Amino acid sequence: MYKRVLAAPHIIWMGIFVLAPMLLVLYYSVTSVADGRVIITFEHFIRFFDAVYIRVLLRSIWLALIATFICLLLGYPLAYILANSDFAKKHSLLFLIIVPMWMNFLLRTYAWMTILENSGILNSVLETLGFARVQFMYNQGAVIFGMVYNFIPFMILPIHSVLIKIDPSLIEAAKDLGAESKRTFTKVIFPLSLPGIISGITMVFMPAVTTFVISRLLGGGQFILIGNLIERQFVNVGDWNFGSSMSMILMILILISMKFMPKDEAATGGGLI
Amino acid sequence: MNKELIEFRDVYKYYGDSPALENVSFKVYENEFLTLLGPSGCGKTTTLRVIGGFEEIQKGVVLFDGEDLTKILPHKRQINTVFQKYALFPHLNVFENIAFGLRIKKISEDVIKKKVSRMLSLINLPGFEKRHVNSLSGGQQQRVAIARALVNEPKVLLLDEPLGALDLKLRKGMQTELKNIQKQLGITFIYVTHDQEEALTMSDTIIVMKDGVIQQFGSPQDIYNEPVNSFVADFIGESNIIDGVMIRDRLAGFLGIEFECVDKGFGENTPVDVVIRPEDLKILPNDAGQISGEVVSVTFKGVHYEIFVKSDGYTWMVHSTKTPDIGDIVGLSVDPYDIQIMHKVV
Repeated sequence: MYKRVLAAPHIIWMGIFVLAPMLLVLYYSVTSVADGRVIITFEHFIRFFDAVYIRVLLRSIWLALIATFICLLLGYPLAYILANSDFAKKHSLLFLIIVPMWMNFLLRTYAWMTILENSGILNSVLETLGFARVQFMYNQGAVIFGMVYNFIPFMILPIHSVLIKIDPSLIEAAKDLGAESKRTFTKVIFPLSLPGIISGITMVFMPAVTTFVISRLLGGGQFILIGNLIERQFVNVGDWNFGSSMSMILMILILISMKFMPKDEAATGGGLI
Repeated sequence: MNKELIEFRDVYKYYGDSPALENVSFKVYENEFLTLLGPSGCGKTTTLRVIGGFEEIQKGVVLFDGEDLTKILPHKRQINTVFQKYALFPHLNVFENIAFGLRIKKISEDVIKKKVSRMLSLINLPGFEKRHVNSLSGGQQQRVAIARALVNEPKVLLLDEPLGALDLKLRKGMQTELKNIQKQLGITFIYVTHDQEEALTMSDTIIVMKDGVIQQFGSPQDIYNEPVNSFVADFIGESNIIDGVMIRDRLAGFLGIEFECVDKGFGENTPVDVVIRPEDLKILPNDAGQISGEVVSVTFKGVHYEIFVKSDGYTWMVHSTKTPDIGDIVGLSVDPYDIQIMHKVV
């Protein structure tokens, strides 16, 4: 009974700010107002299955997949180096990864705009060195770059926390049984770090597929992602029903990808975040 | 005597400034069951890890079959290890754990199947191929770890306190089983333990270590009956250790009494440690013994009673089937050949 009382603030909070909005989204996604009467309908979902919107969805998934893949490619070696470095070095490296996360996400993205702009720092440097200006922003590359930059810590940290938990005697056992470094990695270390990889992939893919800030700031609004489409329904168009139905579709997509999350708690290394 | 397989020659190893191994020299022969015995931090595991290739030495030579072992990379050594906490691969099942070393050697699937199933019957776990290692009991995991090492047909098997995590009954059973496997396969076993009883039961040869230094090297009988110093005597079995003086050859004095003994060559009036095993002390009526004292405790230990007798200057531990009452004044006697005289440990 006592415990239940302690949990009450949390339950009320979750009810008002998580459950109620979700129910509202669900409500708007399946209703429509006709002649002043509310009717239940799936028209908003059906409307989404149009080539224009599907293309936006596929583009979002595609860009998020590329960004996730790059995060994995860059993040795994870094996590590996981090897990195998000595104490002092490890902490300065971890510090470098975590410090940017202390700053606001928007601020960081704006900072990149001033660097990458046509009249930005990078182009000024290039010009002084005698090169032509390069269009860094407002293309797919810039959007992917923004996703990788912002979400790579979510790849590194879970992989790192799985790697440091691998019992060193397992690596000794592999060497003892005749495996040299390369096969010790492919046959023991990599398979054992899979839970970290899976949780890293999910933790990068989910925010990447739903982002609308990165695509708007670095993509200059020319690369509409599903996040932008939803945002536009609420802010510009005012079609809450359609926006809600797209949110639901995205949510279902995320739930499906959540199924790949590792089951055991130990493997999901959110401890550092 | 069998062929010499491993030799340590004046080996030194330091962790920073503190020595882990000091002037360690010994030989291991084919088919031998050698035990490295000592308290924790004595250097026994370090010695094992040097052989396995997981530690480097700073000075000295380690030979394997006449070759410099330190020049052979760990994965190229014909040596396999059973790790302290088994170190089974949690992402692989029993079959794949045992087959790990064979797969690395790219042995054909048929041969792997044959060898693994032979191993599984050797360790008494037939039909366990598909089982997940985490679903096995401690004793079963232990057997899989042994099979995983033995399937590679090593010349030497290193075992690092492999029975430490098992309960007493299981441990006794595994001791016999390990000894049988060793005899059956004719492989050299180098076994690390801090359990003196385990060492005495299984070994052909025991090396007793303390602070990185070998104290004694010999058969279990030698080490039990003729410990070279009071540390070994105290570590192997239970002992009464008393300060004494070697008055002259075959005459020792302690607690103000003179005792005949069989030791000689210590010089005259040399301070020594006198060791008497509790089972070598006989309880006699008062006046009939060499020492007299009061019984202060009697504890039943199964086969015998553990009796403490307080005499003038020392409380003796006696193992006897007699049961005097607490408070009795009794006499204790010891035969000359049961008195062990040893140099004081510096």
